[in-house]
Amino acid sequence: MKLIILNDYDQVGEWAAKYIRNKILRFNPGPDRFFILGLPTGGTPLGCYKKLIEFYKKGEISFKYVKTFNMDEYVGIPRDHPESYHSFMWNNLFKHIDIKSENTHILDGNAANLVEECDSFEEEIKAAGGIDLFVGGIGPDGHIAFNEPGSSLLSRTRVKTLAQDTILANARFFDGDLSKVPTMALTVGVATAMDAREVMILITGVHKAFALYKAIEEGVNHMWTVSAFQQHPQTVFVCDEDATLELRVKTVKYFQGMMHVHNKLVDPLPPN
Amino acid sequence: WKMPTNKSVSKAPITQFVNCRILRDHKLQREDLWVREGRILDPEKLFFDEEGYADQRVDCEGLIIAPGFIDVQINGGYGIDFSQATSNVRGGVALVAKKILEHGVTSFLPTLVTSPPNIYHKVLSEVKVHSGGVEGAGVLGKEAVRKDVDTSSYVRLVLISGHDIQYCIPYNCCHLEGPFISLEKKGAHPEQYLRSFQSGGMLDLIETYGTLDNVAMVTLAPELPNSEKVVRELAQRGITVSLGHSVANLSQAEEAVQNGASFITHLFNAMLPFHHRDPGIVGLLTSDQVPQDRTVFYGMIADGIHTNSAALRIAHRAHPTGLVLVTDAITAMGLPPGRHTLGQQVIEIQGLHAYVAGTKTLSGSIATMDMCVRHFKQASGCSVEQALEAASLHPAQLLGITRCKGTLDYGADADLVLLDDAINVRATYIAGQEVWRK
Repeated sequence: MKLIILNDYDQVGEWAAKYIRNKILRFNPGPDRFFILGLPTGGTPLGCYKKLIEFYKKGEISFKYVKTFNMDEYVGIPRDHPESYHSFMWNNLFKHIDIKSENTHILDGNAANLVEECDSFEEEIKAAGGIDLFVGGIGPDGHIAFNEPGSSLLSRTRVKTLAQDTILANARFFDGDLSKVPTMALTVGVATAMDAREVMILITGVHKAFALYKAIEEGVNHMWTVSAFQQHPQTVFVCDEDATLELRVKTVKYFQGMMHVHNKLVDPLPPN
Repeated sequence: WKMPTNKSVSKAPITQFVNCRILRDHKLQREDLWVREGRILDPEKLFFDEEGYADQRVDCEGLIIAPGFIDVQINGGYGIDFSQATSNVRGGVALVAKKILEHGVTSFLPTLVTSPPNIYHKVLSEVKVHSGGVEGAGVLGKEAVRKDVDTSSYVRLVLISGHDIQYCIPYNCCHLEGPFISLEKKGAHPEQYLRSFQSGGMLDLIETYGTLDNVAMVTLAPELPNSEKVVRELAQRGITVSLGHSVANLSQAEEAVQNGASFITHLFNAMLPFHHRDPGIVGLLTSDQVPQDRTVFYGMIADGIHTNSAALRIAHRAHPTGLVLVTDAITAMGLPPGRHTLGQQVIEIQGLHAYVAGTKTLSGSIATMDMCVRHFKQASGCSVEQALEAASLHPAQLLGITRCKGTLDYGADADLVLLDDAINVRATYIAGQEVWRK
């Protein structure tokens, strides 16, 4: 694991965006080799998306040969509902860049057969050649995507009932009205994310600190599903100071000491 | 690089306006505007449903895009007088329609002042739109008429004269200001043609106008006996009833509103002045007798002449959502100073003022719609959004046509005006096609 510790939310977004940019550029995608990205929604990646849009507008990067697979989507709300993850991705990323619609994949929470929808999502990932870089966030309860506490660490894309904590956390997006918040979602499984060739998790804010501690300093545990990535060979955790508040001083110092090495990963690539 | 084939459901080209600020949800927002087949397109649906994208991009260089302005009271312009039965009524309407594109006006109600019955009979039958050919100077022939199924009352007329010019005339075409108005408040209207509802109401209307087929709005004085039945009947037929040129008191005005009246013709002008014990028609702006689900709109000539700025502010602050900017423009609008004809009378231009010749009675305005929007914003201190909505959204709400006009909502007609921050018109579009550029 690489633990990247930055000062604040904005720096996290910028570092993550640069990392993604460099990964895509180094991969050098083309019509026969697409770069496959797994993408999250929510407040945490917004800053990263804004930066990616900036890089696109400056001409530093193109999404023409990038395919995306989103982690999750609510069940039962209309696709054009302002809080659907389709709307989120459209408004916060897709409409600002040059990605083609047929290269984006988001689970359909209104599919007639939800199980089939989940299975075919797994097939699509396989058909695309697997995910090159899976970007995710972490819930206050340590969940990755909607893999709530107790989710099998070997789970695949499936329908999940949301935990009460998650519903409460989401209420702010539905006018604070709990009755309006969806209770089910489709989500990639822990194992689906583990299959990615590389994983990057973004964590910002004090309210995520305990989850980060559980994820990286305690054991692999299905109650804190992000901890599964301890067994992934290529993981990057990008966080701000606030998110480190529950970690041991020793851990923080160790990784802060490595920043000069890790920052090389986000330096602008030499033109070639 | 060239985009490969668009997989969209419709083969029609998609235009994306970029680098602009659009008026949506009452705010100017940095968003692209997408247009296909003359209507505003939902790009998110296009992206997810059709996997489609734009065929052409228009760089707006930071300009504002607002819905095209709608003028519900315009008597003519550029030498054309809608109240005159010339040999080429339709050509006259077409000429004004084309010229006012420069002011950002994409829809309008040709207005007729008090006139003798033969004028109404002639003009109303001529202005009627039908799918035959179109006359007018320089017109070559092809005409496309599109009926909007939703509102069932709007058509688009295409004139081709050198380059495609389209304008939209409401199918129920005209605003008839008079002749059922008050003698004391006739203003510039010719006294000898004023009428009352002596035959009971609707009969008088049909006798005078000949037909109600091409009528979108009627201005009348509600204190005239038998007016109640007329107001109710017109409102039921979907014709906007406006109160004006009247000495009605507040309760007469309120009764008319309850019977279906929904507009006030040029507030303050040609009506009793506000009085604190009987505000008259002006009192409708804050009346508690207006039915819950309805709004009373009021026309405002914001040319800096017809209404004192302080009075304009009082009205605006009392009832901001009802304010509808109108030009009440007359024949002379767009013409040089001097004498010109309006209805059956002669008027005289002096600077920005237009008087009944030989008097100091205002005969109408020669300000253009964009001038009115600018003046309104400056005089009222309102926001750009509010000023633009007073000329687009509010008239559309008044006429009940917001499904296709007056907004940039998905599905609305792509009648657009591009403006700079000083609200100068830079370009005008109808159905997504550029029809004028500065």
